[in-house]
Amino acid sequence: MEFLQNLFGFTWPVVWSLAKIVAIVGPLMIAVAYLTYAERKVIGYMQVRIGPNRVGFKGLLQPIADGLKLMMKEIIIPSGSNKFLFVLAPVLTIAPALAAWAVIPFTPELVLANVDAGLLYIMAITSMGVYGVIIAGWASNSKYAFLGSLRSAAQIVSYEIAMGFALVGVLMASQSLNLIDIVKGQAGGVFSWYWLPLFPMFIVYLIAGVAETNRAPFDVAEGESEIVAGFHVEYSGMAFAVFFLAEYANMILIATLVALMFLGGWNPLFDIAPFTWIPAFVWLMLKVGFVLFLFLWFRATFPRYRYDQIMRLGWKVFIPVTLIWLLFVGGMMQTRYGYLFH
Amino acid sequence: MNFETAVFYFFAAILLFAGLRVITARNPVHAALFLVLAFFTAAGLWLMLEAEFLAITLVLVYVGAVMVLFLFVVMMLDINLDKLREGFWDYLPLAGIVATLMVLEMVVVLGGKQFGLSAVPAPIAHAANYSNTKELGRLLYTDYVYPFELAAVILLVAIVAAIALTMRRRKHTKYQDPAQQVKIKRADRIRMVSMASEKAVSTEQISQPEK
Repeated sequence: MEFLQNLFGFTWPVVWSLAKIVAIVGPLMIAVAYLTYAERKVIGYMQVRIGPNRVGFKGLLQPIADGLKLMMKEIIIPSGSNKFLFVLAPVLTIAPALAAWAVIPFTPELVLANVDAGLLYIMAITSMGVYGVIIAGWASNSKYAFLGSLRSAAQIVSYEIAMGFALVGVLMASQSLNLIDIVKGQAGGVFSWYWLPLFPMFIVYLIAGVAETNRAPFDVAEGESEIVAGFHVEYSGMAFAVFFLAEYANMILIATLVALMFLGGWNPLFDIAPFTWIPAFVWLMLKVGFVLFLFLWFRATFPRYRYDQIMRLGWKVFIPVTLIWLLFVGGMMQTRYGYLFH
Repeated sequence: MNFETAVFYFFAAILLFAGLRVITARNPVHAALFLVLAFFTAAGLWLMLEAEFLAITLVLVYVGAVMVLFLFVVMMLDINLDKLREGFWDYLPLAGIVATLMVLEMVVVLGGKQFGLSAVPAPIAHAANYSNTKELGRLLYTDYVYPFELAAVILLVAIVAAIALTMRRRKHTKYQDPAQQVKIKRADRIRMVSMASEKAVSTEQISQPEK
């Protein structure tokens, strides 16, 4: 280590930060690739099929084959489109999806940037993901793409409000915006995790997370049966793949946030011997995997929502539910039962 | 020039460029996107002033919500550049007066003795564990609680008013009541009819109409 430090001299902090970023983004990309594989397998078995099983052992090399195929394909830029924005849109979609990982802690010590206002940072960064969608729809110069982007943008903006209120609940319970402190506040078994005192918010956050990532049953943004594929209908090859990567990276991000804020992060299920032997990182990954499985399960189970139903759920159900629970938690904290909500 | 100053000038240059392009860009969508860039860069500058809460809120509210809705409107416009530029020379004198006034105001604020660099010294650098968010929250909810609540109520009234303006029932629109839909029982939709079985009718009899 010291040798390397001397080698790079004053550029060492930059090099070291870059190395840490690669150490996060690399595994994340592999996770994204194998999440697509898991999705096809899980949904396959739910529909009594086998799923991909030709490339590699049990189809394990399928995501790599898919990636290679997409890289070989030509990126077609439609005539009459805004070329610069058309190319910029996928970048704007994936940048926030990756940047948010800067403040995500994996264990009590393992975090790229231990920021005090980590929760706010995540809210701010994820709220920028919608630009990629809007710009992609507009720059394509296509009616289907534009309709898809309008739907998606309205949906993301609506559900962000309910998500924000759910996070306020977490903030009240943990009295901190720092993600490590939030997890530390949930120490001590499954009944001290915040899903219990904040149960309505947990449910709202989970469902709003599905809607935020434009996943089924909230995938009207790309509704194949009505607007072909929505905002990315004109994209091909790697430009299309980048949208795909961003969607799955966002899924993993939301799943990680649910695990960190409501399911106790790296805290073991119970604070007794066999559970505490499992390392912290593995606990976190187990919980993330569980939430991701829910995402896939939803997609295999529910039919797509109609657009006005989505809007009604977001504005008339989720926002009132979170607001009332905020008042309830705030009120209870003033009584002698307040300790239950911390 | 230390690192911080270099970063400041870098951000300031981007901010000025973006601001300039907001008013010079021909395409309104480009102008709106440059405004987004300007907000984002301004947030970066605020971060350097240790105002991290304000910086993040700027991104969250203006970049994440306000500008998205703004882009929405701008994108749906049928942009006719010739028409947009029509009255340029007519409005120039008025715009010139407004611009001169604004420049004069800026000179008074930035160059005057009241607000100059000598009158308002640079803020003291705080320790790493100083939380701007906490301080701001404490001030807002203790010293300035009445103005803060008043502003909140005024905003609420504005929201209610805006919604009330768009609330109108058209005569021919059909609405669904989800509560009613959920309450539906099998008996409401299905009627069981017991019928005596009928004698099979041969196809020839159907195809030949009665004479």
